[in-house]
Amino acid sequence: MSDDSKGETKKEGCAGCDCGGGGGAGGSLPPVAQQDARRGFMFKFGAGLLGIGGILAAVPIVGYIIGPARSRYRNEWVDLGVTTLYPSGQTRFATFLNPIRQPTDGDAAKTACWVRCVEAGKFQVFAINCAHLGCPVRWFEQSKLFMCPCHGGVYYQDGTRAAGPPPRGLFEYKWKVEGGKLLIDAGRLPGLEESV
Amino acid sequence: MNREALIQIVKQPVQWIEDRTGVIAFSTPLLSHHVPRSAKWWYVFGSATLMFFTIQIVTGVCLGTMYAPSASNAWESLRYIDEEIPLGWMLRALHGWSSSAMVVMMAIHMLQVFMHGSFKFPRELNWITGVFLLLTVLALAFTGQVMRWDQDAYWGLGIGAAIVDRVPVFGDQMRALMLGGPIIGGETLNRFFALHVFILPGAAIGLVGVHMALIMKNGISEMPKPGEIVVPSTYRKGFEERMEKSGVPFFPDAAQRDMVFCGVCLILLVFLAAYYGPFGPGGMPDPTLINTNPRPDYPFMWIFGAVSLLPPASETAIMLISPVVGIVILVAVPFLSNSGERAPSRRPGMMLLAVFVVMAIVALTWEGVTSPWSPVMDGWSALPTPTQFVKGRTPLQMQGAVVFQYAQCRNCHELGGFGGKRGPALDEIATRMSPDQIVRQVQQGGGNMPAFGKNLNSAQMTAIVGFLSTLRPENEADSSIPGAQLPLPIKSPLVVNSPFTGTGVPAEISAGVSSR
Ligand code: FES
Repeated sequence: MSDDSKGETKKEGCAGCDCGGGGGAGGSLPPVAQQDARRGFMFKFGAGLLGIGGILAAVPIVGYIIGPARSRYRNEWVDLGVTTLYPSGQTRFATFLNPIRQPTDGDAAKTACWVRCVEAGKFQVFAINCAHLGCPVRWFEQSKLFMCPCHGGVYYQDGTRAAGPPPRGLFEYKWKVEGGKLLIDAGRLPGLEESV
Repeated sequence: MNREALIQIVKQPVQWIEDRTGVIAFSTPLLSHHVPRSAKWWYVFGSATLMFFTIQIVTGVCLGTMYAPSASNAWESLRYIDEEIPLGWMLRALHGWSSSAMVVMMAIHMLQVFMHGSFKFPRELNWITGVFLLLTVLALAFTGQVMRWDQDAYWGLGIGAAIVDRVPVFGDQMRALMLGGPIIGGETLNRFFALHVFILPGAAIGLVGVHMALIMKNGISEMPKPGEIVVPSTYRKGFEERMEKSGVPFFPDAAQRDMVFCGVCLILLVFLAAYYGPFGPGGMPDPTLINTNPRPDYPFMWIFGAVSLLPPASETAIMLISPVVGIVILVAVPFLSNSGERAPSRRPGMMLLAVFVVMAIVALTWEGVTSPWSPVMDGWSALPTPTQFVKGRTPLQMQGAVVFQYAQCRNCHELGGFGGKRGPALDEIATRMSPDQIVRQVQQGGGNMPAFGKNLNSAQMTAIVGFLSTLRPENEADSSIPGAQLPLPIKSPLVVNSPFTGTGVPAEISAGVSSR
């Protein structure tokens, strides 16, 4: 409050002279117009500098944040063990370490899947994630159904949708047999936009 | 030393601080501003929300000193806090229960503001900042659930990721942004940690500041009275005059009520936390342990219920669009009606809407908790067949009861009140379907039931149908013969214990005397 009133009196004191109300050593200051022009330039210059600096600083920050959306993680062939682990006509639970993993993932890098051996040398490997919203489906040998605990999605043994909300059948991994071992092409979390 | 000198000694530092900071000049109007005399117990919920938020910050910072925000240790560090750190479990319990309490208080506060029309001129922005506070607090609750890093957190993230993944065109990128990579892993937890402890609390503190500043600027609304109409052009003047004339200072007149209510809340919180303990952590966050039944925390149970009940054909659109529509409507509330009557009795439509929304949320929460759409995963192996359904049955029918369990029918169908609720209870199936119809239904499925044709051989099918066609109340006609008025006598004496027939009366006899 008191500062404001002081400022006002000062201005009043300067009324009539063109020192711009700056006070102090008024005589040596340049005229107002020149000072304003310089201030205008200074302001633009400052804004420009800040802008450039801001962009320079923003590049790594934004890049860091959106990095995961840009980088292309590649699936890799993962070994699920010898094919004899998967008897013909049966569906078995298998786990593997996700080839796309970070040092801090802990247990979360472990991944599960269902391997169905249709007949010798012919497989179907299903993602554990329900095609509805990704909950882990469970295999029921007796009724030959996969059931999902979340919203009641049900699939037949060949992965096709049997009942419930899933919009499609189970996601399937690409597979191949090499040297008596079953390999699957795994990594990315399966999703509707991109099945594995 | 005399009194005067003593006072001087105290006064001087106070004056020094006031001179340098202006803290007294700043806070006096905060405490002494006038609030309506009519502002009684309805007005305590906002303060209680703020109190719980303060508790969240204090307990949160404490937990931050022990919690390991790393996917490989988070779960263990929580167990360590619970089991090894003295009173660590209590701190986690306080944080968890206070979080729920904050959501509840906030909802009540919001409901009160809505019912009293307090969002009308000039308090539109009070409402809107409140809406953003609500969203921030819900986001804090969701990210907090992720901090537990247990099975529910892991699969809950999976569900969130699957929903985001359904966004057209950018779904994949958005999912990667959310998870911090192509899988749920270390970076996911750390992203949510940054949100939970830096970004969202920062946003919440800022919003609370703005919310409070707006309360100071616009004053607390009076209790609505029918006929007292909000006219934007004259409202402020009238309000200021009334406050001048009949208002009471916030401190202590209104504050004392806040203090009583907050005190009760705080004591209740401590008791709840001490009695029920912390939330989780549940099972280890190991995605290969699939014997799990992921469920969200209570504030999100209604969303879980809604997602489960959506028609599959349109669920993607509804899941992606309805949150946006909901937020837009909430923000638009004060613009849709910012003048006129505030009294609930003069706004019956709005009251009906509020009641409807509350009931819908309660009902969906109930649906989510009971999840009738989920199969009972161990129903087939864990539930006994009620004796009344096997007593006096033929070997074939008994075999059918075995096949019925074995084929996991029980996971989705109830018998005697136990079993899944996904499909209809089968206690009286024989009154609704003939054996032929049962055969067709079991073989071909349909109506959201899988087809079992390939999985049951003909012997099993005969047995199961034999069993199912005995499932009817003893006095009721079965439908093996269309139009049958009396139940066909079952060849074996069907002895049933029933309140209607007394004990041990063969079914044919009791059926014979039935009036049907
Ligand atoms: S996630 Fe499996 S049915 Fe919804």
